[in-house]
Amino acid sequence: MFCCFFKARTPLEQEIFNLLHKNKQPVADPLLTPVEKASLQAMSLEEAKMRRAELQRARALQSYYEAKARREKKIKSKKYHKVVKKGKAKKALKEFEQLRKVNPAAALEELEKIEKARMMERMSLKHQNSGKWAKSKAIMAKYDLEARQAMQEQLAKNKELTQKLQVASESEEEEGGTEEKVEELLVPDVVNEVQMNADGPNPWMLRSCTSDTKEAATQEDPEQLPEPEAHEVSESEGEDRPVAEEEILLREFEERRSLRKRSELSQDAEPAGSQETKDSSSQEVLSELRVLSQKLKENDQSRKQKASSEGTIPQVQREEPATEEEEPLLLQRPERVQTLEELEELGKEECFQNKELSRPVLEGQQSERTPNNRPDAPKKKKKEQMIDLQNLLTTQSPSVKSLAVPTIEELEDEEERNQRQMIKEAFAGDDVIRDFLKEKREAVEASKPKDRTWTPWLRVVGGPKAQFLIKAPEGPPRKDKNLPNVIINEKRNIHTAAHQVRVLPYPFTHHWQFERTIQTPIGSTWNTQRAFQKLTTPKVVTKPGHIINPIKAEDVGYRSSSRSDLSVIQRNPKRITTRHKKQLKKSSVD
Amino acid sequence: MGEMETAPKPGRDVPPKKDKLQTKRKKPRRYWEEETVPTTDGASPGPPCNKKNRELRPQRPKNAHILKKSRISKKPQVPKKPREWKNPESQRSLSGAQDPFPGPAPVPVEVVQKFCRIDKSRKLPRSKAKTRSRLEVAEAEEEETSIKAARSELLLAEEPGFLEGEDGEDTAKICQADIVEAVDIASAAKHFDLNLRQFGPYRLNYSRTGRHLAFGGRRGHVAALDWVTKKLMCEINVMEAVRDIRFLHSEALLAVAQNRWLHIYDNQGIELHCIRRCDRVTRLEFLPFHFLLATASETGFLTYLDVSVGKIVAALNVRAGRLDVMSQNPYNAVIHLGHSNGTVSLWSPAMKEPLAKILCHRGGVRAVAVDSTGTYMATSGLDHQLKIFDLRGTYQPLSTRTLPHGAGHLAFSQRGLLVAGMGDVVNIWAGQGKASPPSLEQPYLTHRLSGPVHGLQFCPFEDVLGVGHSGGVTSMLVPGAGEPNFDGLESNPYRSRKQRQEWEVKALLEKVPAELICLDPRALAEVDVISLEQGKKERIERLGYDPEAKAPFQPKPKQKGRSSTASLVKRKRKVMDEEHRVDEYWDGPGLPQAAPSCLCLCPCQPATSHCPCVLPLSGPQDKVRQSLQQQQQQQKEAKAKSTGARPSALDRFVR
Repeated sequence: MFCCFFKARTPLEQEIFNLLHKNKQPVADPLLTPVEKASLQAMSLEEAKMRRAELQRARALQSYYEAKARREKKIKSKKYHKVVKKGKAKKALKEFEQLRKVNPAAALEELEKIEKARMMERMSLKHQNSGKWAKSKAIMAKYDLEARQAMQEQLAKNKELTQKLQVASESEEEEGGTEEKVEELLVPDVVNEVQMNADGPNPWMLRSCTSDTKEAATQEDPEQLPEPEAHEVSESEGEDRPVAEEEILLREFEERRSLRKRSELSQDAEPAGSQETKDSSSQEVLSELRVLSQKLKENDQSRKQKASSEGTIPQVQREEPATEEEEPLLLQRPERVQTLEELEELGKEECFQNKELSRPVLEGQQSERTPNNRPDAPKKKKKEQMIDLQNLLTTQSPSVKSLAVPTIEELEDEEERNQRQMIKEAFAGDDVIRDFLKEKREAVEASKPKDRTWTPWLRVVGGPKAQFLIKAPEGPPRKDKNLPNVIINEKRNIHTAAHQVRVLPYPFTHHWQFERTIQTPIGSTWNTQRAFQKLTTPKVVTKPGHIINPIKAEDVGYRSSSRSDLSVIQRNPKRITTRHKKQLKKSSVD
Repeated sequence: MGEMETAPKPGRDVPPKKDKLQTKRKKPRRYWEEETVPTTDGASPGPPCNKKNRELRPQRPKNAHILKKSRISKKPQVPKKPREWKNPESQRSLSGAQDPFPGPAPVPVEVVQKFCRIDKSRKLPRSKAKTRSRLEVAEAEEEETSIKAARSELLLAEEPGFLEGEDGEDTAKICQADIVEAVDIASAAKHFDLNLRQFGPYRLNYSRTGRHLAFGGRRGHVAALDWVTKKLMCEINVMEAVRDIRFLHSEALLAVAQNRWLHIYDNQGIELHCIRRCDRVTRLEFLPFHFLLATASETGFLTYLDVSVGKIVAALNVRAGRLDVMSQNPYNAVIHLGHSNGTVSLWSPAMKEPLAKILCHRGGVRAVAVDSTGTYMATSGLDHQLKIFDLRGTYQPLSTRTLPHGAGHLAFSQRGLLVAGMGDVVNIWAGQGKASPPSLEQPYLTHRLSGPVHGLQFCPFEDVLGVGHSGGVTSMLVPGAGEPNFDGLESNPYRSRKQRQEWEVKALLEKVPAELICLDPRALAEVDVISLEQGKKERIERLGYDPEAKAPFQPKPKQKGRSSTASLVKRKRKVMDEEHRVDEYWDGPGLPQAAPSCLCLCPCQPATSHCPCVLPLSGPQDKVRQSLQQQQQQQKEAKAKSTGARPSALDRFVR
């Protein structure tokens, strides 16, 4: 054959050969490629057929199963479903028991899932005696004992489901028998401390508290400055309370962490547990947890700042920008995920802080954070706005060097005041921004025209239920669209509109034209006397005591044109004639 | 008498352009002239018009002459004079000397520009000839009135001045004693200290004319005096904590926010009213043109009381807790409230919600002040920062400074000086000019008081700053703070009682309705577009067709095969495209905003509109103006560029 004898001579040919070799293409024998050969050898015909049959069977089975499931789903009998559900639950429980014996870690995971399902149940409105069945039973319950019982059962179920579980701590306590006592010793201590002073173990808060009281006392003093009063009010109202909450929460977390270390619980269970304790302790919904956790974070930051200002840990400073960067990002995340993640993260952070770990840990933390940045990339646009707002409020402005520095501060304990200010600054910031953004979002939502849904009363028998969404027309862009720190009310001021012109006068076709003619004021307040007089001259001036004859062309200053001349000429003879006639008549009479 | 009758007619003012017209047009005859003409002629009375015309037709020139004569003799016309001045022959004086500056004095364009109110940056859609003529008339009127107003600037004899340090001397180091030593006795008397240590920190207020001063101490001391002559009008103790004090429209009435309720006293110290609907008031503001007393209360309500009729116009729930930071925008009478969450909200009695909300600080807002032109707002917060915001639509901070202890009180003077009270020290900053914001780099003046500051206000029309503090009241001299020229009809410091009463009546007649308060005070000069559109739509619905719609274009039939279907379609398409293009140009999205405009503060020529600082306007109103600083910078940059580039031979022609 030709190719057998063929040999590459030119560089081009050589290259082509090289390529063919590389891709295992047949150079000499053009029938089958090595890959093809390999595949041929890999599976015989029978084998392939069997495999195909197997696949077919699997597919068929799957479709059977699906069909069955569909059929079962369509069954309307409630009893049947109840039985099925119960059966499933039992089975699951059994499996779980087995799993616990065999593989405790997996069992824990499973437990978590169950817990989550329970939580979902709790959050849903099921078993609240609000269903159709429950309502009917409630009516019947007056007369029917059975119905009453059923209702009570239902209520009990509801109670059981909605009960707030103390499971986590209990389970933990169960696991470590010996540690229990230690914990008991530990916990009351902390609790007592809390009760002793509401501000918690944070020495800063102690100070601020005392200083507050001090200043409240000094208020009575007549010579004292009255100015800080207002701020103190806001302070005591606005900040102290959350601060106390934070402290309590913080302690709880710490507590939990120590427990965890001892009981050697796996880390995965921790967030759930903490959440439960949170539920039990402060009776707040999940979304609120986020707020608190953020505050905690701020608290953290402030602590770090303090550390850095003291100059003990220079590395911390390096870490700060990272956290600051992250904050806006956190705001963007879906709530639930964030809370869990953040809690975990936060816990770790604090752990590290407590242990006073230095650089490598911090770096690790940073590396932990970096992946957080990635998923937010598509949201960059929104993020920019946020950051803009942050910049707006946080930019370091140069401080004024004034010759006279207020001396008032000397009267007070300056250090205390500084502390207070620092705390204020630490806690004031992000809360304000987030609240404002939220408010703005709400305002924007409220001002948006609403979509309407419309369900036609007529529909094809058996056909799908049609529902149409009538999209509201997009309004003009908001004035504050690009101003992150501003909410401008877009509502129409109807009181002012009542005074405005609402009909265009005749020669104008566009309101801009008309507006231009009414923009100059004509009142004497805005004009000089001469200008005012001129602007307000009447078009027609009449003089009393004079007869006003009909106007003629000559009167206005036009010399009568040729045509009017003609008319005059034509008219005049007539008049002359009439006059003549009159005269004639008169004369004749005479 | 003759002059009284002759109101100037616009038609006559225009000097006839063409001889033809002049010959064709003669002076309009008035009905009352007919009697006079014959009498001068000595002709017989009666209804002579027709007859005379008929009779006089051959001798028309004579008639015209007579008429002209009568006009000149009877009605010396104002606009004719300048024309006469222009030819040098006629204005030769007795001495034979010529006027070296013939004609009316030139008016500086910038001054005229100040009075122009028509926004010419907005291009109008194509208009009919009739509309165009109306527009031209409006523009001509505006120009004329603004020129007249600019001319009258000559009457503003006083000029403002500032303290200027000798080369490199810091004006902030100059203390009050030095200033008092340097100025004349009358001015030196304006600096005084009232040592009132007994009744606690004082709030104070000057009356609108700047002649009277009222102050109220925390511990119930209320006094009003003519501070120039130091004549005490009244002094009482209300036996209750006084939160704020304010003059109403004149110095005869005084509103005092006491611990419980709002009280109104007259200048004898007699209690006239106790307004129980305004309780626990912390701050007061008086809107002079609307006769409204705005009160901010501890309960979180902003209440507007109309003091002319004694009715509460609006009580707005601010929903932001205790209100104790308030100021008014003198430009549009909008009330600015500062809140503990770092926002400043803008309120009008016509709206239940704030007109705008601005996030200013990370901590709570401690003080707010707005300058007299309504352009800048200064805020200070718990975060120790002092910021100056631009209020013309953008609400962005122009400059920010961190003060060592934060400012608790702020105030603007009439000429744009900013004062901040920090503890027992007041700092004053000055701007470059009147229209520029105060630059916070260097304080203009500083002063230390005997106690912490509790109230600040610049005295109108005087270079005086009043400071209320825990040690009493101090009146300090701040050169360049007050407007040097006052309007004698509006707020005359030297007015007599009769004049005040006269003014009161006039002011009441000119009272602005409360509901007209909105962010843009010139909203009345705009058409209510929404109602207009609505009305149009309803009309179309009612009639079943649009009466204003243009008939669709129907091409005329043409011959010789030019009227083929294809060419017809082509012609139609052409017309359609043309219209579309025009429409797009006028009504295109965002075009009115993007219309090139230069509302900057630089003295650019109005006619050329070719200014280096063309910033696209963000709205139809006067939205974005460039700050002078930026503009100057740009100019500098441009200059630097031009100098930095390779020099070319043509450069010498470029300025």
